[in-house]
Amino acid sequence: MKFKWWHGALLLALLLAILSPLASSSPDGLERVAEDKGFTGAALEPFFEIVPDYVVPGVTNEAVATIIAGIVGTLVLFGIGYGLAKLLRAKGEA
Amino acid sequence: MHIPDGFISAPVAAVGIAVAAGGVAYAVKATNKKMGEKQVPLMGVLAAFIFAAQMLNFPVVGGTSGHLIGAALAAILLGPWAGVLIMTCVLIVQSLIFQDGGLLALGVNIFNMGIVPCFIGYYLYRGIAPLFRKRKLGIMVGSGVAAWLSVVIASVACAVELAISGIVPLGIALPAMAGVHAIIGIGEGLITAAVLALVLATRADLLELQKA
Repeated sequence: MKFKWWHGALLLALLLAILSPLASSSPDGLERVAEDKGFTGAALEPFFEIVPDYVVPGVTNEAVATIIAGIVGTLVLFGIGYGLAKLLRAKGEA
Repeated sequence: MHIPDGFISAPVAAVGIAVAAGGVAYAVKATNKKMGEKQVPLMGVLAAFIFAAQMLNFPVVGGTSGHLIGAALAAILLGPWAGVLIMTCVLIVQSLIFQDGGLLALGVNIFNMGIVPCFIGYYLYRGIAPLFRKRKLGIMVGSGVAAWLSVVIASVACAVELAISGIVPLGIALPAMAGVHAIIGIGEGLITAAVLALVLATRADLLELQKA
């Protein structure tokens, strides 16, 4: 298969997913405001949990669990985005 | 800026779901049968890239972090309606699989991080970029400023929703949210401009897909 531009782009996205354990764990903008203004406690627990906090359950090494979550999510979203665009593509285009 | 369940009231959540459903339905109508051959893989890699980039929180001042939203980037490359669809896919997966953003709050999150920044980002970029004689400079400055403001306005929308929900007064929420996101938005602007510089250097034709 010929290497196409978007193969490179997908590899770049996967590289970011592999780097995800390096992400800052500080609260984000909304979480910071919620902490400072005292409404963090208003948050409800999720109705169900599959991969909470981007950490695959059952994997002892948290960095590995995060990388797996990142790679799976990245591939799932590539599939969804690609598939959706195919459904919406112009008539007569391959 | 993913709102968890509990931060917004039931009426605000319900209005958010209605607005998001209407917006997404229209986005499907607006983009249907318009996706060209190059757009199909571009939509796939943008959804993948935005998801991965959103995991990479970068530190900003005061023990706070921020991450890319990516709505302006998606809208600049594929148009605002396709951008809304991409952001909706990312937000649904984040909420359902990764418990990032509440299920009931999904509508407001799609509004805040999809509809609002896609349209702000797209039209601001379209307005600013042509003002520069040097095309590359116009793309860099236009996308950077557009992406920055898209985040700030998204945070304003979030603050208004929190205030209407009665969780925190607007006079407190608005400056706090806009203030911290004015800083986080600088990251959004830099990343968006850098990605477009990369696109320009490698596949400049992709920037021509959205000729209004």
